Amino acid sequence: MRELLQKLAGVYGPSGNEEPIRDAIQKEIEDHVDEFYTDVMGNLIAVKKGKGGGKRVLLAAHMDQIGLMVTHIDDKGFLRFAALGGISVANSICRRVIFRNGITGVIGYETEVESWKDITLAKMYIDIGASGKEEAESQIKIGDVAVYHSPFSANNDKYMGGAMDDRAGCALLVETIKSLESTPNDLYFVFTTQEEVGLRGAKTSAYALEPDLGISVDVTITGDTPKAKPMAVSLGEGPAIKIKDASILAHPKVKELMVGTAKKHGIPYQLEILEFGGTDSGAIHLSRGGVPSGVLSIPCRYVHSDSETIDANDLKNGVKLLVKILEGEINF
Amino acid sequence: MDGKELLSRLIEIPGVSGYEDQISDMVRDTFRPYCQEVHQDAFYNVYGKKAGTKQGLGPKVMLAAHLDEIGLMVKDIDEKGFISFTNIGGVDQRILLSQEVYIHGKEKLFGVIGAKPPHLQGKEEAKKAVPVKEMVIDAGLDPKRLKELVSIGDLITFKSPLIDLNEPYVCGKSIDDRAGVVMMYETMKELDKLVFAGEVYFVATAQEEVGTRGAIISTYSVEPDIGIAIDVTHGDTPDASKEETHNMDTGPVIAVGPNMHPKLTDRLMNVAKDNGIDYLIEVEPGLTGTDARSIQVSRQGVPTVLIEFPLRYMHTTVEVLNMDTIKKAARLTALFIASMGEGWEECLTY
Amino acid sequence: MSDLLKRLVSAKGASGNEDEVRQLIIEEITPLTHQVTVDRMGNVIGYKRGSVPGKKVMLCAHMDEVGFIITRIEENGMLKFGTIGSIDARILPSKRIRIGNEGIPGVFGIKAIHLQEPAERETAVKAKQLYIDIGAKTREEAERKVKPGDYAVFDSEMVYFGEGKVKSRALDDRAGCAALIEALKADCPFDLYACFTVQEEVGIRGAKVAAYNIKPDMALIIEGTTCSDVPGIEPQNFSTRMGMGPAISIADLSSYSNKKMVAYLIERAEKASIPYQIKESLTGGNDAGEIQRSRGGVMTSVVSIPCRYIHSPSSVMDLEDFNNTIRLVQEFLKGCEAL
Repeated sequence: MRELLQKLAGVYGPSGNEEPIRDAIQKEIEDHVDEFYTDVMGNLIAVKKGKGGGKRVLLAAHMDQIGLMVTHIDDKGFLRFAALGGISVANSICRRVIFRNGITGVIGYETEVESWKDITLAKMYIDIGASGKEEAESQIKIGDVAVYHSPFSANNDKYMGGAMDDRAGCALLVETIKSLESTPNDLYFVFTTQEEVGLRGAKTSAYALEPDLGISVDVTITGDTPKAKPMAVSLGEGPAIKIKDASILAHPKVKELMVGTAKKHGIPYQLEILEFGGTDSGAIHLSRGGVPSGVLSIPCRYVHSDSETIDANDLKNGVKLLVKILEGEINF
Repeated sequence: MDGKELLSRLIEIPGVSGYEDQISDMVRDTFRPYCQEVHQDAFYNVYGKKAGTKQGLGPKVMLAAHLDEIGLMVKDIDEKGFISFTNIGGVDQRILLSQEVYIHGKEKLFGVIGAKPPHLQGKEEAKKAVPVKEMVIDAGLDPKRLKELVSIGDLITFKSPLIDLNEPYVCGKSIDDRAGVVMMYETMKELDKLVFAGEVYFVATAQEEVGTRGAIISTYSVEPDIGIAIDVTHGDTPDASKEETHNMDTGPVIAVGPNMHPKLTDRLMNVAKDNGIDYLIEVEPGLTGTDARSIQVSRQGVPTVLIEFPLRYMHTTVEVLNMDTIKKAARLTALFIASMGEGWEECLTY
Repeated sequence: MSDLLKRLVSAKGASGNEDEVRQLIIEEITPLTHQVTVDRMGNVIGYKRGSVPGKKVMLCAHMDEVGFIITRIEENGMLKFGTIGSIDARILPSKRIRIGNEGIPGVFGIKAIHLQEPAERETAVKAKQLYIDIGAKTREEAERKVKPGDYAVFDSEMVYFGEGKVKSRALDDRAGCAALIEALKADCPFDLYACFTVQEEVGIRGAKVAAYNIKPDMALIIEGTTCSDVPGIEPQNFSTRMGMGPAISIADLSSYSNKKMVAYLIERAEKASIPYQIKESLTGGNDAGEIQRSRGGVMTSVVSIPCRYIHSPSSVMDLEDFNNTIRLVQEFLKGCEAL
């Protein structure tokens, strides 16, 4: 899966600008699904029909990644920006970014600030090396979006790089599509848009598809680094089955389905309680008259940085678990 | 069953948001004798339907009171067998020290939230509230046994049965909003004494405390013409301003503000006046923290009113309620429903 | 045309109490549309039949405004209040308001400068410490004129001043309502739904149910938006600039504009030589947020009239920006078959 993940993580696709990553995912799956299409919000929906008698299951992983939207170009050609999704000061200082057209830049800050604590995104800018406004404007427009630019690397079974959130989830779904042999269930794989700015693509796709059950796949944070905030999730101990975050209390029956399947097939798993944040299932479970939903999480260190880090085995075991869940009959 | 008896039984049943299966079953059984039809959905919302004796002329009314309660959840178990936890819904961390709790693992276990003795605390430390992340629950079991019985994600509820204070005040946990469920039950009884048109759905909603999620789902399912949200508001206490609290003894509180339909609210007040039921007004400039916020904007919009009861010490284990308010509110609600016969739509016209 | 604007900004309409402005809008759009309805939330929807079947176009401006609601009458006849929508409490002292449907005059009092400690003058006032004086000596006297739950709005007349500038209350979003009404005079090939929403300022409430009802294919939102091109603000924080034309949004905190629609708006503006600007910020939200996410999703974009000192009794707008917004919306309607 390393190749697939590396490929997907390297494709540009900040919230609202998911066209390149959508094309890349489409290429991966088009030969493995019964039909696929893109909706008004830009979600890519791939359908795999079941043998019949099963449930309509929506599986979501978001294609978008956090980004920096240019809001102003000053006279000297420096770009001011606003956060598109959860861009933080700490993870941005002096990081490299790249625009859709390949122009790269570095994030600087107004060095007259007295203390690091006083740095805000409003005091930061992107330097693309332009000699002035005119040169900058010939390459970048107001509203263009940059993403973190960092190489993908791997050692000790760990993958590091930008956009693991949530290309790891996309890779997991793509691999699931390819690995599934037969299923009684009608499966709707939705590669969603604009998750990082408010679960927007998931909301409209859940409304349109009217599933019986929803499972989203996303990364979650861990508590296994030095003096981390307490959190009983570690890298490498298996995919995490979500109990709650700020957007959802996973439906107990979906949680039981996931835990039961993992136990039955001897797949390692962890239980996740996230005290903030949310993911697509938060929007899916409140669609129409309610959709029992859960979340399969991939433990990830340094979420929303340019060096998000995940474990190869968690990813593999995530695929295994999801395939087993989908191949079985779902009774509730 | 009398209202107080029902309230006392309801608050004994665990029903932390997202895990309302037991309380949902109990509410279903409670509603059954007074409704033509009762069902539950996948999210443990309970729907009791009562059709009017005058068929076809009245609106489809949805009442909503939430059956979930705030609580705690097991976050981790350390090697010595202490349980760390997180909150579900808004819990004031200052009330937690030394509380008695039940842990709903494979078995129902008793435990206490530990508190560091004062003589071991520094002067500065003693000035600060103890944060939740520093608290643990002691279940008195060895770690091995505990881990067999309890796992991450298990729910924790407070132990605090209903007691009588000076008549007619009662005290206990989760009166927010089990008292609302009792009020719906009393409204059913009141309705049986009246002739009314249309149909009424009594919905005991889930997951209100985490964002009115049950109301979002159930209102979409019922598709009502009119919504009546039922919840608690703050009763008067010496440490809070008069602007934010309400007299405990006057009667139900009717909310006004953008979240509520102005004409329908006027009508509700007129019904109260016509029948000699005293009420108070609560002004809500923004969105209310109740199911009303979600009912109002379901599908093509649902004209909604909000009826509340003053409750002291909300979201603690010693919530205090005047039981008489429940009866008055139930009577008002039933009369309000019965007031809408043919031509009821007119009262909604802008 | 500016008479229309004047009528619109004169009508009261705090979120949740839009009766007066709603009646006015119904009167104004009745001659311009085939059917006018009011939905259960109080949104006004004017329907104009198109000649080309298929798509539904929604134009949207919110008719509510920020304001106040009376929460309590004190023994001494003074009124306590809550704010409706976001208002900076520091602008309130020494302003006039109109309360209730009758428009009872009142003022936000503050103790005289002579009576303040020096340190007090340096401290921002909070809404909680302020009160409204209607000249009543007792609670009983006040109760004869107002009651808790009455809504209030700023009292401020529209004034033309400077070079083509206009000052008024409620330009956010009566300017948008006025532009929408004027734009209705243009022909739209598709069925058109002119929607004047309620309760935008308290959480985009009206647009949610309006969009659910209308089921549009595309929606253009016309807003009065922040414009901070004033001293003390650095250019990167201007958001929009006065006099530079309607501002087209790429995105804000509530929605990401449909790229085809944005490109189309720019194309139409350039073809018709209408000045425009791209909004230089990602802040704020508006009706587009709920409309875009309605049902299975809707194409949306936002055109805004720059307004300085927004959410205050003295908002300022450039009439050229206003006129150019009307032209841009009309251009959008005329050719929207291309979308």
